[in-house]
This record gives sequence, structure tokens and C-alpha cells, in this order.
Amino acid sequence: MDKKPKNLRPLKAIRYLFKKPKTLRYPFELKEPAERYRGLHLNDWDKCTGCGNCADICPNVAIEMKEIAEIEPEKGEKNERPEIDYGRCCFCGLCVDICPTGSLRLSRDYLHIHFDPNTFSLLAKDEKTDKEHFLPEEEYSIFKASLAHRKENYEGFAPDLIYALFDPERIPMSQIPPEERKTSFIEQVKGFNQKEATREASRCLECKLCEDACPAGMDIVDYIRNIWDDNLEGAARDIYKTNPLPEICGRVCTHNCESACALGYQGEPVSIRWLKRYAVDSIPLEKYQKVLGTEEIKSIGKKVAIVGSGPGGLAAAYYLKLMGYEATIFEKLPKAGGMIRYGIPEYRLPYEALDKDIEYIKSTGVEIKCNTTIGEDITLKDLKNEYDAVFISTGLHLGKSTGVPGTDHPDVFQAIEQLRKVTMGKEIKVTDKIVVIGGGDVAMDISRTLVRLQLQEFGVVDITVSCLETRDIMPATPEEIEEALEEGIDIYPGWGPEEIIIKDDKITGVVMKKCLRVFDEEGRFNPEFDAQEKMELKGSMVVEAIGQVPDFTFLPEEIKKGLEYEGRRIKINEYGQTSTPWLFLGGDLARGPDVINAIDTGHKAAKGIDRFISKNE
Amino acid sequence: MKELELYFGPQHLGMVGNFSITLKVEGDRILEATSNPGYLHRGFEKLMEYRTWIQNFPLVCRINVVEPDHMEMVYAMAVEKLANIEVPERAHWIRSIYLELARVGSHLFGLWAYSNMLGFDTVAQWAMYHRDLILDLFEELTGGRVYHIYIWPGGVRRDFPDGFADKIVKTLHSIGKCVPDYDDTFFNNPLFYERAHDIGKITQEEAKEWGGVGQVLRATGVPYDIRKVEPYAAYDKVDFKIPTRKEGDAYSRVWVIRDELIESVYLIFKLLDKLPLGKVYNRVPNPFKWKVPKGEAYVRVESSRGELGLYMVSNGEDKPYRVHFRTPSYPHGLTILEKVLKGASIADVGNTMISLYVTAPEIDR
Repeated sequence: MDKKPKNLRPLKAIRYLFKKPKTLRYPFELKEPAERYRGLHLNDWDKCTGCGNCADICPNVAIEMKEIAEIEPEKGEKNERPEIDYGRCCFCGLCVDICPTGSLRLSRDYLHIHFDPNTFSLLAKDEKTDKEHFLPEEEYSIFKASLAHRKENYEGFAPDLIYALFDPERIPMSQIPPEERKTSFIEQVKGFNQKEATREASRCLECKLCEDACPAGMDIVDYIRNIWDDNLEGAARDIYKTNPLPEICGRVCTHNCESACALGYQGEPVSIRWLKRYAVDSIPLEKYQKVLGTEEIKSIGKKVAIVGSGPGGLAAAYYLKLMGYEATIFEKLPKAGGMIRYGIPEYRLPYEALDKDIEYIKSTGVEIKCNTTIGEDITLKDLKNEYDAVFISTGLHLGKSTGVPGTDHPDVFQAIEQLRKVTMGKEIKVTDKIVVIGGGDVAMDISRTLVRLQLQEFGVVDITVSCLETRDIMPATPEEIEEALEEGIDIYPGWGPEEIIIKDDKITGVVMKKCLRVFDEEGRFNPEFDAQEKMELKGSMVVEAIGQVPDFTFLPEEIKKGLEYEGRRIKINEYGQTSTPWLFLGGDLARGPDVINAIDTGHKAAKGIDRFISKNE
Repeated sequence: MKELELYFGPQHLGMVGNFSITLKVEGDRILEATSNPGYLHRGFEKLMEYRTWIQNFPLVCRINVVEPDHMEMVYAMAVEKLANIEVPERAHWIRSIYLELARVGSHLFGLWAYSNMLGFDTVAQWAMYHRDLILDLFEELTGGRVYHIYIWPGGVRRDFPDGFADKIVKTLHSIGKCVPDYDDTFFNNPLFYERAHDIGKITQEEAKEWGGVGQVLRATGVPYDIRKVEPYAAYDKVDFKIPTRKEGDAYSRVWVIRDELIESVYLIFKLLDKLPLGKVYNRVPNPFKWKVPKGEAYVRVESSRGELGLYMVSNGEDKPYRVHFRTPSYPHGLTILEKVLKGASIADVGNTMISLYVTAPEIDR
């Protein structure tokens, strides 16, 4: 090879002189960017939740979340949208691959020409939300190409779930299969083990949308990070900052957090509820005081009476105790817990879990006086005289009736009463064919409880549930509905009862009419029916589960008169304080009804009571 | 005649603007040459210690402007080794195809640089145009022309778009058709022979001793190639040749590059023929909660300039603890260049340097 080549062949290149040049005469000749081109950003403002993951992942800190005053965020969303600084952006597209909603994409536009470097920032939008700057192809001109002059329908690098940087799929939770679980009251959900919990916790993107959605504003991101770090004691400390009933919430919370979770938009939200349960399940009760630093609490010598030992009362008592108050809870029923003990079936919330939370609160020095009814054993006046403030969270323990003809029959029951009897260990009436009216969680609870009792007694399941709402707007949590269906319950959504059929003094069924709408244009409950479309649900017993109301009979008239009302509700401020300053209200009476709202009202009331006693506000 | 110290560069024929050489000359003979890099220092290795594992992925490719792809590969391999991540089979094959395309692109770019520098402007234009066709392929596959940001820990970022394999074949055929023109006009051009022959000549022993890799070593007759020595991606699944020469001068190095370019094209065809189906990405943990287990890894690939290594240490955190690249231009540009320039004429400095295939970004990282 090492020989000098001798030829005239290089001159061959001359023939290229006569060929058409390959160079494009830009901008008159344009090169169309590839389908996947990573150019300027596009963002669908309607889909974007302002979670800020794009800003967090950007390796160049090119993305800043800008607050947009015009956007009114829904619960669990933020009114922030990403602004991209093209002086910094490297067009890597990590922001696209991390975007949990898939709203952020890159277009095939890549030009911005301007004299002023301040114009290099762009609040990314797309043609859907920005008609002004996105032009149809025929109106678009390369000579004006800039951030404010973009081509419509020109999407380039798009998100793809297969290649997303987040994991859209949950770690599956092991549960007892329907066939097995419906034969007893054994807890259905088994809970995570360490490996599963760490992996599930690692899915969290830390955008904090969940914290905004949580009624108690729990430090979810912090405790999930601690679970991921296997620092369960740290996680417990984070949890107890805002929630003293994590064993309970870890099982039966309505998990607004999971509905807000950014991962839920294209995939499945992080199992926040089960993770909370895992964290506290892993710490034995004996270690609680040490872990949470509540071994010694200094008393400040003030006393607060709490009426009702449900989540609201327990939360108020716990946080008052932490502040040094002597908190005493008065409970009418034999055991503490209120609706969470006497309303939630054991297969969802086993008594050990409930007792663990309550025992810990008791161990801090909170006194709970059970079997004590206000108005009978002790009056509210006595409480006012003996204590510095009174907090009432007696819950909603009275069932509502549909009031249709036949509801006065002895075989028509109130779900809430039946559930209380079952959880107290009493026997309730069960027949072989049951109709349940209502579509909320209580309806699911009573139906699934009846499934278990029916199976024990008759060996078969025959329960029909009907509710006014259609399936998509049924108030029960979707998992509850799923699980009820799995256990063999028939659900008829979109039907309202007209009459209970009674023959020979025995119930034979319920006549149902088609429900056309539940709420009117103003969003008020105002159902409308189609009188023509009817059907009959067969059953020898009916259970109504259409809502609950409070029982204020223990309130003396003079106190009732001193209170201000908002509609039917007693007027309270943000701390649950009524217009009678020493009287505070919480739990389901104030908000909800659910556990986490009750806990938050209890926590806020504790702050309010402290404010009232120490500053007389 | 009097000794003179001459600052050569940083803007000179061998390098555009970012690498200078301090020469001690007597007349036009060089007595001593000292490489003087640092014009491009961007502190990448340090920067990487401050970015999470996934944030480093768009950064690492920027270390070497000319061929970012092997940088991506070596980083992904190191992370995969540390975090024990498995890569799907198809991703291995796609990685190989992609890296060979990168080699073709990089060699065409090198060909542009050399021919342009020596005044063969026609050839330079062809090479640049053909490289652009390769960039078009990259754009179609990855969305980026120069920084592709494509190979990431766990596989590759997207699968081939529809009809992409055919496009690769078509493009490579259209480039391949011009090989005779390249040969006649450049490689077999007596003028080029005169300019490159016997320039920057090193023996096999010298190449080994001075840390030469890639074309520098292969042009002295050693068929040393990491793709064979320590196969990665899908290189052990297909057969290919390692082109070598014996002379060890600039001319033979350029011929090695030419032969490699052609061999790479054949290799891509072979890989495309057997490309398996399946997924191309095994999901890595959420970037905000990804801690790579404690440990250290050294991985190496054959970049278009030679052995490219990465030593990376993780102390179990969400960022690397230490990153260090072993780049082929480092020994070529610092040690070998200084050695071979001794006794050369000033006119040959740029020529020698470019034939060593030095790229400054690899030295200043």
C-alpha cells in the first residue's frame, strides 16, 4: 500500500460541476424537520396540572413555574404553568418524558429571531389554548418565525408511556380474593411488605398535588420519602404532625390525595393510603411514645371537655394534649371510636388497628369516659363549669329515610343502625333477598356486611343495591363499588324508589323509577324521574342508606338559642368555634362526612381552643 | 540559526479554535512541542457530580461534540453496571446500529476536517453532505441532529420509527455509491499521498508505549478494538473485520479510517438483517427517587477515535460521587502529538495533529 498512487483520476471530480447542488437555499428552500423533532415546547393548559415535575427534572434549570392569576385551579391542581427559558434549554426532552399528564410536548418549530434576549422566555401553550400565536400552515411564514409566531398542528417529540420516566403502574396490593373474603369478616387488604412499600414509595414524583388535596394537608411527600428511605420512624413523625389516626386512615381514608396524584392522569396514582398503613403497621405500639417524643408532656393546668370519641374528638384531644391541656373525652357508647368503630365493618378496619391508634392517644394521657351520655349522666352546663372549653363532635348517627310508601314497615331498616348493631356484636335481621337503597360508602358497607351474614345463614348471596346516581357519579369510592360487585352484589345505578310493595304484611320488593337527573342546573339535590320507566327489585327486606343527620337532642335549648346558623348547619369559624366562644364543633358535624375531614376539624379546633384559652380570642 | 518559541494556535489547521501547541523551533524545524489544551474546559466531570443520574444523560453527550453517541453509551453502561439494570435484547442491537451510524458520521466529519485542511475542498464538501444525511437519520430516530440524547440507562429512548431500517439502508447505499469518487479524488490522490505519507510516523512499540489506541494503534498493525476485545451491545452477535495497516504514518491512519467507515456500513447491514423484535427499554426508577447502589465501575467502548473508558463511583446517592473519562484523544493529543512533532516541520503540525484524529473536547472535559 505504501506506494505513491499515480493517476489522473482525481480530475473525475470535475463532473460534479454539472450536477445540481445539494445545498438548500434557506429560507427559500426549507427542510422539513423529522416527526420526532425536538423543537420549541407545546403545553396543553387544560391538561397541565402545574405539578412542576418538568421544572424539577430540567438539568439546566430552564423551566420556571409561573403563577397564572386567570387560572382557577381545581382541588389538587395548581395555577402554575411552565415557562421555558430558551437561553438555557438544551432540548433534551426530559420534561416531556417526566410530564405525568402528557400535556407537555415538543413541536417541530425551532426558530426564534429577535434582537431582545428578554424575549427568549416562553410560557408554553399549544394551538388549543393559544389561537393567537398558532397559525394555520397557509398563514404561517418562515420570515416571521419566532416564539410568538408558530405553526399549528406541528407536534414533534411526544410523550410515550412506555418510555416515561415515571412508573405508571402500581405495585399490586395483595388482597384476599372475593370468594374467600366474603365468607368471614377477615381484613381484605393484606398490606405491603418492606420491598413492595419501598418500590411503591419510589414512584412518588414529589409534586405535592396530593398535599393540596388532602383535607388535613398531611406531609405526604415527606413521609413517602421516608418510607422509601426505610426510615419508618421518621415517616411516623411526619404522619403524626397532622394525623393522629394513621392506622385508621391507612385503611379507610377516602384518599383525596390519590385522586389528585399526578401519576393518576395517565397511570395509577401512588398507593398513598396503603403506604401510610405500612409505615405505622411496622412500628409496635410500645415504641410509639418514644418515636413520637410524647413520653413526657408538661401540663399547663387547663382542661378541655370533648364530646364524642370519633376521629374529630380523638384528634382534638391528642393535639390539645400535645399543647399541655388536660383533655377528657365523653363517649355515649361502650367503646371509643365513634363512627369508625360502630359504622365501618371489620373487614375494612379490624379492631386491632383501631385500638392501636386509640391506645396510643390514651397513653399520652387523654382520658376517655365511655358509657357517658351528655344530658343524662352529665349536662353540657356541668362541662362548661368544670372545663375551660368544650368541643363537640358527635357525628351523624341518625339515618335518613326515603319516606316512600311502605318505609314504616318493620322490615325496612336504617343502614347506620344495622351497622352499629353488627359492630357491637349484636344480631341483625337477615333475609334471603335484600334490597339496599343508596350509593354511598355506607350503602356498600351494609351491603357487603349483609353478604357475609347472608352467606353464613343461607349459603347464597342475593342483594341488590340501587341508587339515584349513575355509575360514574356514584358517591361511593370506586374500589368499594368494584369490590361489592366482586362479592356478588347487583348494583342498579340511576334508579329511585317509588314504593315498597307489601303483600300479606310482608315485603316482596321495591318499585323503582328511572332517575333522569340527580342535581339541577344550580348543582342542588333535586332529582327528576321518568314516571313511565319502572322496574321492580325483589326482596323481603329493605335497607335505606341515603345519608345521615346529626342528633342534637343533648344540646340544651338555651345553648341552641345562643348559636348562629347557616342554613341548617351551626355557624362556625375556621377553628370550629361557634358564636358561643367556649363551644367548638368538629367532626362530621363541621365537614365531611369522612375520617380525614373529621381529623382536620379536630386538629383545627385544638388550635382554636388554644387560641381561645390562652389569648381569649 | 536561533531558537524561537512559537505559539501555534489555538486557531490553526489542525484544530479550529480550541487547542494550541507551544513549539520551540529552529528555522522551520520543531525542536520541542508542548500541547496546550484548556481552551474548552467545561468541567463536565465535576458538573456530573451535581446532577442526578438521569440529568447527566443529556449532559454527557456534550463532552464530545463530534460523536456524542459513544459518550451516551459509555455512561449508560456504567450506570447499568452500577445499578444492575438489564437491557432488552433489541435495545442492544439498536444501540449497536446507532453507534455504527455514529461512527460513520464521525468518520465522515473527520474526513471533512482532513480534506478541508489539506485543501481538498471538493472532498470536504462531499463528506459534509454525506454526514448530513447521517444526521437526518439521527433526527428521524431521536429528534435531534447533533445531540441525540438517545441511549439511556435501561435501553434506548424510543424504538425505530416505521420504515426506519429501509431508510438507513437507502442512505448508506447512496453514500456507498460515492466511495469510488472519494478514493479517486482523495485517498488515492498522489497529492494527498505526498502530503500525508511518512508524516507523524510511529512504530508499533511506540504506539503501545505512548498509550495509542484506535486508528493510531491499528495503523501500526495491531488489530485492537474494544468491540472485539470486550464486546458490548450486540457486537459479539455479528462478524466484522478490524482494518489495520502497517506503516504507522498519517497516510495509513487515514486509510484505516476509510476502511473502518466501509466496514461499519457492512456491519450496520448485518445488524439490521438480524435485528430482533421486542421491547427496547426497561424502566429505571423514578428520577427523583433513584439511588444507585454503592460501588464503582469501569466500562469501555470503541469510539470512532479508539478506546473510550468511563470510571464512575457511586456512594449510594442520587448523583454520581466521581466521574472520570478515559478518552482516546488524551494520549493522542498530549503524549503522542508532542513526541511525533519533534523534528517535524512547522507546515506539518496541523497535518500531523489531524491525522492523530484528536478532538479537543475529549481532552478538556
